[in-house]
Amino acid sequence: MTDIPAKASVASASSGSVLLTLMKARTFIALIAVLIFFSIAAPNFLSAANLILMSKHVALNAFLAMGMTFVIITGGIDLSVGSIVGLCGMVAGYLVLNGIDLQVGYTIYFNVFEIALITLAVGILIGAVNGLLITRLNVAPFIATLGVLYVARGLALLSSDGRTFPNLVGKPDLGTTGFGFLGAGRLLGLPVSIWILVVVAVGAAYLAKYTPLGRHIFAVGGNERAARISGVRVNMVKMFVYMFSGFCAAVVGLIISSELMASHPATGESFELNAIAAAVLGGTSMSGGRGTIGGTIVGAFVIGILSDGLVMMGVSSFWQMVIKGLVIIVAVVVDQAQRRLQSRVTLMQMAKAG
Amino acid sequence: MTAAGDHDVILKLEDVSKVYSGTVAVKRANFEVRKGAVNVLVGENGAGKSTLMKIIAGVEQPTLGRILLEGEEVSFSSSGDAVNRGIGMVFQELNLFGNLSVAENIFATREITNRFRKIDSREQERRAAEFLERLQAGIRPDMLVEDLRIGQQQLVEIAKAVSLDARILIMDEPTSALSAAEVEILFKVIADLKARGVAIVYISHRLEELIRIGDYITVLRDGRITGQETMKNVDTQWIVRQMIGSDAKDFAKADGHVPGEEIFRAEDICLPRVTGGLAVDHVSLSLRAGEILGIYGLMGAGRSELFDCIMGRHGHATGAIFIAGKKVKERDTTRRIRRGLALIPEDRQRDGLVSILSVASNLTLASLSRFVRLFHIGGAKENQAVTQMVRELAIKVADPAQEVSSLSGGNQQKVVIGKALLTGPKVLLMDEPSRGIDVGAKADVFRTMRKLSRDGLGILFATSDLDEVMALSDRIAVMSNGKLTGMFDRAEATEAALVAASALGHGPVPRMESHAHD
Repeated sequence: MTDIPAKASVASASSGSVLLTLMKARTFIALIAVLIFFSIAAPNFLSAANLILMSKHVALNAFLAMGMTFVIITGGIDLSVGSIVGLCGMVAGYLVLNGIDLQVGYTIYFNVFEIALITLAVGILIGAVNGLLITRLNVAPFIATLGVLYVARGLALLSSDGRTFPNLVGKPDLGTTGFGFLGAGRLLGLPVSIWILVVVAVGAAYLAKYTPLGRHIFAVGGNERAARISGVRVNMVKMFVYMFSGFCAAVVGLIISSELMASHPATGESFELNAIAAAVLGGTSMSGGRGTIGGTIVGAFVIGILSDGLVMMGVSSFWQMVIKGLVIIVAVVVDQAQRRLQSRVTLMQMAKAG
Repeated sequence: MTAAGDHDVILKLEDVSKVYSGTVAVKRANFEVRKGAVNVLVGENGAGKSTLMKIIAGVEQPTLGRILLEGEEVSFSSSGDAVNRGIGMVFQELNLFGNLSVAENIFATREITNRFRKIDSREQERRAAEFLERLQAGIRPDMLVEDLRIGQQQLVEIAKAVSLDARILIMDEPTSALSAAEVEILFKVIADLKARGVAIVYISHRLEELIRIGDYITVLRDGRITGQETMKNVDTQWIVRQMIGSDAKDFAKADGHVPGEEIFRAEDICLPRVTGGLAVDHVSLSLRAGEILGIYGLMGAGRSELFDCIMGRHGHATGAIFIAGKKVKERDTTRRIRRGLALIPEDRQRDGLVSILSVASNLTLASLSRFVRLFHIGGAKENQAVTQMVRELAIKVADPAQEVSSLSGGNQQKVVIGKALLTGPKVLLMDEPSRGIDVGAKADVFRTMRKLSRDGLGILFATSDLDEVMALSDRIAVMSNGKLTGMFDRAEATEAALVAASALGHGPVPRMESHAHD
């Protein structure tokens, strides 16, 4: 699907501009390619019910990938998101079932809205821990978030001794009912989770493009030293991206436990890798400074549709992994080829002109 | 070829061009290197000397053109390739590993090993000591490079190149951080190498040095070779004419406005060095509105470090700064910029620009809050400011949305200046503002400095270029080894006095100083 431009990159520099345009649009071309391929190869693929179901799957990865995109743009990485998903799901489940025991004979129960807020706060707090480790204690992002990955997963398992919190229906007399709305509810015919994705995605894209904070995120990733000298508060920017990533992970934790009406402490294992894959597929550069929310969403859709489509075609899950891996590798190879081609075209032009 | 002599040509460059993103550094250069002679290469900052040498040393590959070594076409894919063919280089930027010892640096990548492939440190140190002895540097081979003074590091770099036993030895400004006594020793070493038939390529800004030791001279201007001669046929005037062309340096005349009240004062600024001692040593100075105060000094004199302290980039710096008489209590860069300080850093690639962002984003990066309502960046307002700055500074760019890395060096520098100006500064700190940019852009930058001072800004500018500091400054401060060693009014400043002051910080006898860190 994406190997056509890769082969063609050997072509002469004169046809460079057409090729460059094709290469830049590669994620979008890939998305259209998988859509066309599966609508022919898999029956029922284009049915409304299937499309909505797929979107719900994609939404989960897309949330994490958006948070990951900002982190990667600043030149970092967040490996802890999968564990935050698990831990936040457990927090929500615990609050629905048990409330908070005040140790004086009273137990506070929260309504679903309050539970959601508390859960989000927990996600943001863990993100803040990541941020503090990275900015204040100078731990490399990879190591800091790897540590938090283990800690958060361990806490999730400890919260229930490894058991699932089942049946999160809640009790009407405690006001804890309605937890299923996030996962199963619909607004104007679309699942609630899709609406939340749209809102967060639009917000994130706006932030990236039209606010000083967004500009600073790119500046920090592009050249941290220059950003610092220009008066950008580099530490604050980094704190924000990790907290936003934690927030996105908490949203996913809420949605998953609401869909299942249960919280399982192992939820979200290896989600961080899918999120990184989607961001990279969408054109985010691992060396920082480059990436878009739109690209990441498209990337998440390519990965999501690929895996769902292959399931519908009955391809073995082992082969699915191989294919997913190849797609990611090809995407990055094309990305590098595009960079090289682009710089060679401009350099040759300047050499001739000079 | 106009140059003729008794020496054989060992290396020849034919029609070599080198293009970086944004700049054509070398344009169709033809260059010959002769055996047993000192081949001198001169040119202004940014003329392409260093690039040309990096091509010879295999660090950079030419975009176009070919290299002939003893008549045979060669291409070096790395500096290792060039070293294997007998080409060594003393780099202008010190390419040393601070965390390794002097001996380990000298033998990096060609470690002496015993039968079991274990590094024979004792043998390395013994051999290193021999080379160091020839340079009479007073450096022990087991010292860590980062503990050495910058001049000593330069000597290590030279020892390393000499130890290669190269047929061609390139020296890129080897004396920039050396004291007069150390320079004499270096010249003895060069004479010795010459006698052994080594071809030496020597780059320097100091004309008197070149005339003394050079046999052949090649002049570069804006990436082109403008003259090639044997040294005995030329004089200083010829060199200068080839270097700057018919259009002499355009420094923009002073307009005779009188500086106003004091706008900035630094008191007792100190910055400790990691290796002990002070990088900035009790520096105090004051600047008036509309005044240009030049800070002259050699590499490593502490000029950039002083600017860093003023901008609040070092938390452990001590001392106080005042703007318009009021003490600046803020210690971080962000709030100092708000108080009216702005820095144009020396290394614009590393500290000045976010190269993958657009020209517009770079220009407004430091002043975004000016265009923001609530949290939204007003696109129209931002565009207007960008357009105005592009026009005022004459930045040559087709579309401000272009990536800043596609601009030429001079225009990139103007973007850095524009970024600083958009913050509405009262005091502008410019660190080597004309480094690595072409003549036209230099003139623009100097004109801008004049205009800003007329508008009442105080400008502190650091440079190691004597002409520049003499032509542009209202007053001249001289720094040496972290200390402020001289302060002259323009009327009373002479080049000799500045040069003398720039060596004061190292004490009278350089050999004594070298043991300071033991």
